[in-house]
Amino acid sequence: MPGTDPRRDRFPGYDVTAKRDTPSWNAKTRAVVDERLAIDPEAHRFFDTTEWRTLRALCDRIVPQPADRPGRVSLAAMVDAKAGSGKGDGYRNVKLPPLGAAWRRALAALEAEANARHGHPFSALPATAQDELIEAMRRGDLHDLAWGDMPPDLFFQDRVVPDVVKSYYAHPTAWSEIGFGGPASPRGYVRLGPDRQDPWEAHEDHGDGHARPANERIGR
Amino acid sequence: MSRVRRHADNPAHALPGDDPEHEPRARHGRAPDVMRLGGWTPMREHGEDEPVDFVIVGTGAGGGTLAAKLAEYGFSVVAMDAGPYWRPLEDFASDEMHQSKLYWTDDRIVDGENPLQLGANNSGKSVGGSTVHFAMVSLRFRPEWFKSRTLLGYGTDWPVDWREMWRYYDEVERVLAISGPLTYPWGPKRPRYPYRAHELNAAARVLARGAEAMGIAWTESPIATLSAPRGLAPPCVYRGFCTSGCSTNAKQSVLNTWLVRALAAGAEIRDLAMVGQVETGADGRATGVRYHREGRWRFQRARNVVVAGYAIETPRLLLNSASARHPDGLANSSGLVGRYLTVQANQAVWGTSAEEIRSYKAPPSLAISEHWNYEDHGKDYHGGWCYMAQGPLPTLWSSTLATGHDLWGDALVAEMQNYNHSVGLKNVGEYMPQARNGVTLADETDQYGLPIARVTYSWCDNDRAQNAHARAFMGEALAAADVRDIWEQTNDTCHLNGTCRMGDDPCTSVVDADCRSWDVDNLWVCDGSVFPTVGGVNPSLTIQAIACRTADRIRDMAARGELDRRARPPARERAR
Ligand SMILES: Cc1cc2nc3c(=O)[nH]c(=O)nc-3n(C[C@H](O)[C@H](O)[C@H](O)COP(=O)(O)OP(=O)(O)OC[C@H]3O[C@@H](n4cnc5c(N)ncnc54)[C@H](O)[C@@H]3O)c2cc1C
Ligand code: SF4
Repeated sequence: MPGTDPRRDRFPGYDVTAKRDTPSWNAKTRAVVDERLAIDPEAHRFFDTTEWRTLRALCDRIVPQPADRPGRVSLAAMVDAKAGSGKGDGYRNVKLPPLGAAWRRALAALEAEANARHGHPFSALPATAQDELIEAMRRGDLHDLAWGDMPPDLFFQDRVVPDVVKSYYAHPTAWSEIGFGGPASPRGYVRLGPDRQDPWEAHEDHGDGHARPANERIGR
Repeated sequence: MSRVRRHADNPAHALPGDDPEHEPRARHGRAPDVMRLGGWTPMREHGEDEPVDFVIVGTGAGGGTLAAKLAEYGFSVVAMDAGPYWRPLEDFASDEMHQSKLYWTDDRIVDGENPLQLGANNSGKSVGGSTVHFAMVSLRFRPEWFKSRTLLGYGTDWPVDWREMWRYYDEVERVLAISGPLTYPWGPKRPRYPYRAHELNAAARVLARGAEAMGIAWTESPIATLSAPRGLAPPCVYRGFCTSGCSTNAKQSVLNTWLVRALAAGAEIRDLAMVGQVETGADGRATGVRYHREGRWRFQRARNVVVAGYAIETPRLLLNSASARHPDGLANSSGLVGRYLTVQANQAVWGTSAEEIRSYKAPPSLAISEHWNYEDHGKDYHGGWCYMAQGPLPTLWSSTLATGHDLWGDALVAEMQNYNHSVGLKNVGEYMPQARNGVTLADETDQYGLPIARVTYSWCDNDRAQNAHARAFMGEALAAADVRDIWEQTNDTCHLNGTCRMGDDPCTSVVDADCRSWDVDNLWVCDGSVFPTVGGVNPSLTIQAIACRTADRIRDMAARGELDRRARPPARERAR
């Protein structure tokens, strides 16, 4: 549905971080999530300025975020931190360079594709043109020499998805958006059946006005 | 906000003051008591120059179980693990991303036509091994699988008898206090499960509804998490983070069951101890292991070495232990170390339900059907499979949608908002052992300077035929349960087995039925690597049953004086 905001507010008033000081979050969880929330969105140590601009533009299209929403997920900074940490996911396709090198090469290649096709840097393209390039990358249909022997579709599958998509859904803002219960220890859940929920779970909007007050009571 | 609420989780404690990923915890005569906040338990220690009866490499389903049993039989045991000694009550966050600290994330190269996804999906690096983050489904093999070549016409026979295995399954099910149904619908009679089955969550009820509509049996999954208190462990609180580690100790992992017993019986556990080589003497026998701990390489002498690093690290270590006398790697005269890596199918169907499912609650796989493990008619392929309810947490679900359903951007964001209505079925299926699939050494090295593993995988036609049948059947079952917008996920696999297969012929196997190397008679392999075939069920119960059997065999051989040498020459030499 182009043009419409894909986000309906299905869980109005639900903020998973309101449970921070309830029995759903143990000390370790609070420490880990606090650290994630404190990530500086402008921090980049691994990527240079050009790469960083391209990376930010890419992240904005892979998981678009409403400009006016508080709790913006610092996606590009999460990718930068992962690339700089030297830690991988435990496996690497023989056709891919190590994590950081793969990112550097792909960002340079996207920039080259954008310049060749449109005469502008990737970050300066309109969203539709960026999306076309991303979809071509996903299908393996980009051929600029800058890709070298790295298949663009494999880069999408093994780097963009784990590093960008998974990072977004590791963030409390995303948990609230999808109505996920979030951290749950030591308190887990009691009501397990279909259409059943505990008072400390997100309430879905059924148009009857019940959801918002129930969600706003959580953690209070 | 009152102080009491702020610390409602854990009034006595905030965060542990030490860093288990960089400083060993098991030393100075004590090891963590994982059942108590900040607790310690006494640990016997052994000198490095004092040859211990057994040094065990890896403390997971195979190695941890064996450590407990051998220590209880009176052997001196040192069990090493490259991973940290976690305190689940304090170290585990409710967070998928953070908990990737449980996984083996050192680099491995994957290739082949169907390269495997490893890391989170496949193996752990922790004291307790992969059972620290496994999904706890605890199933027995179908008896015929131990003789699949003879009885079913495919694969290779195991050198063990199913009736004997049945007795060891009984033992492991009791040790883990498996929760399960009153009567199990498939296979020969088995005893009642020690603990009652868990209440079904909504995702499991969808499986049940679909199976009933399809006219096949289903049941509550036998599962290694408590349905009632046990000692200091509470019953499962249905928090759903099982594959990110259980922070309550309800999960009966090797860490909080077998290893507690191992310590009590006098075994020593060394955490953050990465073994680089098994060393051999002039007579070709193993003399001990070279390992890295606390910043330097060390050597532990041992009368016997057991390798239990799981199906990638075990062959890697044996190949990395090559020497003049064993130029192709240790225990590898058959050329089979690293070969026949056999994973299992993990095909899925997903869709959307009108009702809220919220499958993040409770262990992910509370209901199961083993129908197609026991029904051979209606198949155009060999092997069996079962299928289970699922409960992916958000990051896993997002990558499933992105890689399995080609969603990104606005479309992904929109579909992720259906998370609470999403529901699926996923199988565990028997792929065929193939010599071309396996583990070799890559040119690159890891942080210890050791060559890393290259893991090669390709499906065969039989694997693909089984995948297609499983997806079609599960799709029908899901539709029959009123789930809409069904799609198929084809890109996943699970569980690693088979790279040091057991057998009764030294030319076609790496170890014998007792998990003892044919070539080096004081070297043993005791983990998922020894499986000649994988069957259509998750492997950990069978790995633990094999470890229990191995311990009993070692005890009996020791009593007969057969540990220092093989009783009879192996078949190949007899034939000459
Ligand atoms: C997400 C997930 C879910 C699963 N769910 C289930 C399930 O529901 N049911 C089931 O039956 N199975 C399940 N499994 C599989 C099961 O966990 C494994 O099959 C089983 O733990 C393997 O046992 P193992 O002893 O062979 O190896 P592991 O349990 O993996 O133990 C191997 C240990 O050896 C250590 N090690 C390796 N090399 C070295 C070395 N050189 N030096 C020192 N230490 C070393 C590793 O750090 C590791 O701790 C699951 C696995 C995963 C990843
Ligand atoms: S659902 Fe149960 S077994 Fe799983 S992590 Fe929670 S308490 Fe542990």
